[in-house]
Amino acid sequence: MGKSTIIPFGPQHPVLPEPIHLDLVLEDEKVVEAIPQIGYVHRGLEKLVEKKEWPEMVFVIERVCGICSFGHGWGYCMSVEGNLGVEVPPRAQYLRTIWHELSRIQSHLLWLGLIADAFGFESLFMHSWRLRETAVEIFEDTTGARTTFSVCKVGGLRRDIENEKLAEIVKKLRDKEAELRELTSVFLDDNSVKKRLVGIGALTKEDVIELGAVGPVARASGVSNDVRLDGHGVYNELGFEPCVEEEGDSYARCKVRVREIFQSIDLIERAVAAIPDGDIAIEIKGVHPAGEFLARLEQPRGEAYYYTKGSGEKFLERVRVRTPSNANVPALVKMLQGCDLADVPILTLTIDPCISCVER
Amino acid sequence: MNIETHPADALLALAQDTKADGWRLGQVCATTIGDSVEMLYTFEKNNELKSYKFMLNAEAPELQSVTATYPYAFIYENEIHDLFGVKFKNLAVDYEGTFFRIAEKTPWNPSAAKGGEN
Repeated sequence: MGKSTIIPFGPQHPVLPEPIHLDLVLEDEKVVEAIPQIGYVHRGLEKLVEKKEWPEMVFVIERVCGICSFGHGWGYCMSVEGNLGVEVPPRAQYLRTIWHELSRIQSHLLWLGLIADAFGFESLFMHSWRLRETAVEIFEDTTGARTTFSVCKVGGLRRDIENEKLAEIVKKLRDKEAELRELTSVFLDDNSVKKRLVGIGALTKEDVIELGAVGPVARASGVSNDVRLDGHGVYNELGFEPCVEEEGDSYARCKVRVREIFQSIDLIERAVAAIPDGDIAIEIKGVHPAGEFLARLEQPRGEAYYYTKGSGEKFLERVRVRTPSNANVPALVKMLQGCDLADVPILTLTIDPCISCVER
Repeated sequence: MNIETHPADALLALAQDTKADGWRLGQVCATTIGDSVEMLYTFEKNNELKSYKFMLNAEAPELQSVTATYPYAFIYENEIHDLFGVKFKNLAVDYEGTFFRIAEKTPWNPSAAKGGEN
C-alpha cells in the first residue's frame, strides 16, 4: 500500500468550467475516497419568490440552468398549473414536448462534446458541437433566443410554431441524422474512445438504487427510471419507452445518451404528426395559487422536482427545485472510489454534472 | 398531492418502513411558515409519489437524519441545515454549516440564527 495523499480537484479545472471541488484521497494513483465540496456559487434563486410574483417567477426558474432552461420553466409551470387546477390546451402540451425533446438533443450533444474534449479528441468535440447547432438554431428560429427562450408560461405558451415550420424542423433533424450516426458511431465504436469508457466507473443496479441516482446514470445500470413514463406532456400519446443499458459503466452512460438523441428525433416526428390545432394558452386572471403541488419531469440529466406552495397571494410562499445533478452527486462519489486518478475527469463528466443546477 | 402530516419523532420509523417497502427518497423540502419550519419528504415508487410532512419550531428546528436509511439524503439535509438552520441528529456526512458558502446565516429562517444553535 502506498502513502496516502490528498489532491484537490477543482473548483477551477480545465475539464469542467463549473466550480465543483473534490478532495481526492489517493494511495499511489488510486482514489480511495472522494469528498465533494460545492457551495462556491450558491445564488439563492428560490428565495426570489419573495420578490417576484408567481407569473414572473418562471423567468427566474428558467435561469437555474442554461442547458435545461426550457424544462425548468415547464416544470415550474406544471407545478403552478397543478396548484391552480388549470388544464393546458393540447396543442401547448405537444409544443412543450417538442421543445423539451429538442432541449434533450442539444444537451446530450453538448455532453458528447465535453466528454470528447475530456479525453482529448478535439475534432470529435468540435463536430459534436457543430451538430448541436442544429437544435440551437431551431430554438433561435422558433423563439428568437438560443438557450433561455422563455416560451413557457403558466397556462400554456407564449409562442406557437406554425405547422409548416414544424414539418421543416422534422426535415432539418432527419437531414442531419446521417451525420449524427457517423458522429455517434465514433463514440460507440472507436477503440481509443472505448479504452477510456468501457469498464470505467461501473455502478451496479443495486448501487444506483441505493445511491438514489437518476436519469442516464440510472438507466445505464439497468434501472428503468424515467419520469416520461408518467405521461406528462404527451409522452403517453407518443408511446414512450426508456433507453436502458445494463453494463453500468461510463460507456453505457454514453450509449444511453446517444440512443436518446435518436429517440428524441423520433418523438418529435411523432408529436409533429399528431399535433392538433387550437389554442396555445388559457387565460388565468384574478386567482392566485392557494395550495401546494409537486410536479416532476425528466430533464436531459434526469428526474427533477418542482414544488410550489401558495397562500392565495401574488407571491408564493415557497418554490423548490430538486435538480437531477443534486441526486447524482452520491453516485459520483461512489464511482470515484477505486478509480485511477487519470479517470477522475471522465467519471465526473459521466454524471453530466450541472453545478448551476445544484446551486440554484 | 398525497401528503400525510406526522409528529417529528415519527420520521425515522416512517423512513425505515418506506425504504423496506421499496420507495426511493425523491426530495426533501423545507419551508418557513410563521414560527414553524415545515419539512416535506417525498418518496417515489413506480412513478407514484407520497409525501410526509413534519412541523418544527423555527427557533430551534431539530430532526433526526434519515441518512442511516437513505445515505444520499446528506445532500438535502446539509442544504437545509445551511439555509434553514435545521439541526439533523446523526447526520452521516455533516459539513457543519460549510456546504454552501453564503454570507448570511440560515437566510431562509433568520430566527434559527438568532437562537445560536447552528
